[in-house]
Amino acid sequence: MIKQDVLDQYEPTIGIECHVQLNTKTKLFSGASNDERGQAPNMVTSPICFGLPGTLPVLNAKAVELAVRAGKALNAEIAKVSSFDRKHYFYPDLPKGYQITQLDRPTVGKGEIEVPVNGKTIKVRINRAHIEEDAGKSVHPSGVGYSLVDLNRAGTPLIEIVSEPDMHSAAEAKAYVQELYLLMKYSGVTLGDLQHGNMRFDVNISVAKKGAGKLGKRSEIKNLNSFRAVERAVQYEISRHVELIEKGEVIKQETRGWDEAKQRTTAQRSKEEAMDYRYFPEPDIPPVVLTAEEIEAIHAEMPHLPPHIRRELARFGLDQATAETLILQDAMTGSGYVHTIMQVGSKDSTGAAKFAASWLSNRDIKHRQDHPDQLGVPSDDQFIAVYKMVSDKELSSNSVDQLLFKLKADHTLNARQVAEADGLLQENDTDALALAVGKILSDPANQKAAADIKAGETKAIGFLVGQVMKQTGGKANPAAVAELIKDSLAK
Amino acid sequence: MITIADIQKRIKSGETVRGIVEDALSKVEASADYNVLISVVREPALKRADQLDAKLKKGEDIGVLGGVPYVAKDIFLAHDTIATAGSNILKNFDSPYQATCVNRLEAAGAILIGKANNDAFGNGSSTENSDFGVTKNPYDKSRVAGGSSGGSTAAVALDIVPFSIGGDTGGSCRQPASYCGVLGLKPTYGRVSRYGVIAYTSSLDTVGTIANAADDAALVFGVIAGQDDRDSTTLQDKPASFMPADNPTKPLKIGIVKEHMRSDAVQPEVLAAVNLQAKKLKHAGHTVQEVSLPTLDVSLATYYIVAPAELSSNLMRYDGVKFGYSAKDAKTLEELYGLSRDQGFNAENKRRILIGTYVLSSGYIDAYYRKAQTVRTKLINEYAEVFKNYDVLIGPVAPTTAFKIGENSDPLQMYLQDLMTVGPSLAGLPAISVPSGFDNNKLPIGVQLVGAQRSDALLLSLAKQLEDSK
Repeated sequence: MIKQDVLDQYEPTIGIECHVQLNTKTKLFSGASNDERGQAPNMVTSPICFGLPGTLPVLNAKAVELAVRAGKALNAEIAKVSSFDRKHYFYPDLPKGYQITQLDRPTVGKGEIEVPVNGKTIKVRINRAHIEEDAGKSVHPSGVGYSLVDLNRAGTPLIEIVSEPDMHSAAEAKAYVQELYLLMKYSGVTLGDLQHGNMRFDVNISVAKKGAGKLGKRSEIKNLNSFRAVERAVQYEISRHVELIEKGEVIKQETRGWDEAKQRTTAQRSKEEAMDYRYFPEPDIPPVVLTAEEIEAIHAEMPHLPPHIRRELARFGLDQATAETLILQDAMTGSGYVHTIMQVGSKDSTGAAKFAASWLSNRDIKHRQDHPDQLGVPSDDQFIAVYKMVSDKELSSNSVDQLLFKLKADHTLNARQVAEADGLLQENDTDALALAVGKILSDPANQKAAADIKAGETKAIGFLVGQVMKQTGGKANPAAVAELIKDSLAK
Repeated sequence: MITIADIQKRIKSGETVRGIVEDALSKVEASADYNVLISVVREPALKRADQLDAKLKKGEDIGVLGGVPYVAKDIFLAHDTIATAGSNILKNFDSPYQATCVNRLEAAGAILIGKANNDAFGNGSSTENSDFGVTKNPYDKSRVAGGSSGGSTAAVALDIVPFSIGGDTGGSCRQPASYCGVLGLKPTYGRVSRYGVIAYTSSLDTVGTIANAADDAALVFGVIAGQDDRDSTTLQDKPASFMPADNPTKPLKIGIVKEHMRSDAVQPEVLAAVNLQAKKLKHAGHTVQEVSLPTLDVSLATYYIVAPAELSSNLMRYDGVKFGYSAKDAKTLEELYGLSRDQGFNAENKRRILIGTYVLSSGYIDAYYRKAQTVRTKLINEYAEVFKNYDVLIGPVAPTTAFKIGENSDPLQMYLQDLMTVGPSLAGLPAISVPSGFDNNKLPIGVQLVGAQRSDALLLSLAKQLEDSK
């Protein structure tokens, strides 16, 4: 392994291309379904997907709309006129022998996004995003003398988002792809099912000595499909490049793959074998013309995106880490946390919103993992009622969990009624508590603990608080009890 | 010479549709020598005839083309038929769906009785590049019928059917129509859907209508023309009628195309035929003047870059993997591609694939494909300028009348056949080949009328006028 101080002398430069599967009902150029999950091979197809003689592509208007949404989410220019091109190569799972894509006039032009990385924010410029169709899938069964082709995925609508080389560490690369994921997911551009390859990342990386003023030779790692894989692959490539440079060896400009099992990249093909795709304008599809009004209408229908949500959550005094946890959780599981928190904030107070946010991020995410059948979120009113009880010190933190886990299953439940019925409200009446404390302190069995506390060993307070809690059936406010014990013994 | 009206008269006077279809099928057999069809659509045609007869019995309407038999160039996909595109690579390609045109003709009551011969994928001007043999000229069996839609035009000339449909990319309907003495209409690009029509050059391909009379061509064209959701390049608008009777011509300004009236390149009788038709038009009250479109001189060179470029792309899908011919002796994937395409495509297909691949290759695309597109734009603008002052252009369809089979064995010589037809194709303009007499060998001569975009109806009316002034 290369040493950290050597690594530190180098600066990596990273650019990322990301394929996003668009959330349309049908494919990019045919009426076949765009949902192939669970379908038998070649069943989600039409003559167009097979590239049969005489077929013609008809552009899916929804795909264009989603591309515009993506463009807006990337703060990018939307082309008034964009057009399609053919990219040629032979492959069994490419039915027409060419892929329909956008070369010179992509629908989405230059843009820029802000990416939160470890408490800071970096800017990543977007070069372009173009619409294109996916190919099918080649399957190579082992032990037989043939391969199989499944065209269910052929013609799936994609956009490819191309970044400028604005990232300089594995953490930044990971943060960027995660931000793309959030933007595309929140804007409804994609279902964002990473396990089904809804987003795939190609990472271009080069490494040069800091201050060299010149980029190194780059390699491209293809087809990564998780944030973690992007991070690991970049880490691996940085070390590999630095090691080669340190040894005085030449870095080959090549395409590499990521071996998840071995956690390393492997060479796939070098640039010398580069293909000539013979692009030319697709004559079967007229140019896509969008008016400013059409673009604005699409923009107006978009929901709030992470940058806006971050500002809102910051208003409630949430720290960046909590905010990111909530935003990501919503995107991955559709939990609807942020919406509830915003509702709580607007109906009640920032304190209540912050309470809901911290409970959801600290308690509920873990709870969902342990209880996949308990996915609900307490209603805004339930959160507000519970927050009031907490503010009034009527609930212990254990009781808060117990109560909210119950409430979230049924929004018709009244928080206070449940708390009362389940005996979760704690005793705050000082006189009653003083009585209980007096009883415990006068118990001969507790005299040693009392003496210890008097002698300055505060640890023993916990033991006595426990005794009081036991006696009150857990209803006492433990903080209040501790105060009372200290006060009594100090007298 | 049979017309649609003839067929309709026979049906009206009590003849069954089955009888009409059987008659047409027997004519197919009688003209077997001419090699007009690649496949005969016998059973489905008879079945369809019976259905229409049953309708007639019940007094139901059978459509504007009810019971009229027709043939389609073998690039059209139709249910229960094989569509070969004239190529061995699609020798057994059973159409799983049907072309929009075929659907529309079927809905209008027309009956498809055969798939007509053509140069493989439209790559040729004589059907000599068909993998199913050459179609012989109805006027002289030693000569070609023209191409690529030679089977479609010969079928009409031989009175097998009153109309047929073909493809016209660079003259594929007009030139064989001229050679066979029938009328051939190449419509405005986008006027007729290309869905279900095997592609040659997508940005030039049109569906041509072939008939013995302008009225018949107009009637058929009215059925197949119009917007289609399955072809994004189809025009949204459609005139209420293309019939000459509904579109009377006012006095027009007609231009004789100077660049195509060259005595060094065109057979004298062909030039004479153009001049004679021009004279008739003058008599009919139109103004005729010579007009120049200098860019036409490079239109053929432009065409033979654009067309092969798109062809090389459109033929990529024939790789031996999913449909069509697949080489049995291939051991690797590369061999499967190489052998399937080598054995499946003929020499002319391969020549054009090579040219097309070359002109699109990095390092050459600027000098060839992009330059050709620039010239194409220049030509479009030039036509647009001319059509500000003129309504219609007139000139020859082809430099000569039908040539002898085997006479043009040099590919470049063959490409010259398209000299006068590729201009309107590159500009997406409508053009029509009008039968205009015969040469000294009694071979038919065609004269070409070219109009501005969307002037299809005007051309049909003018063709009708020439027809009537014979």
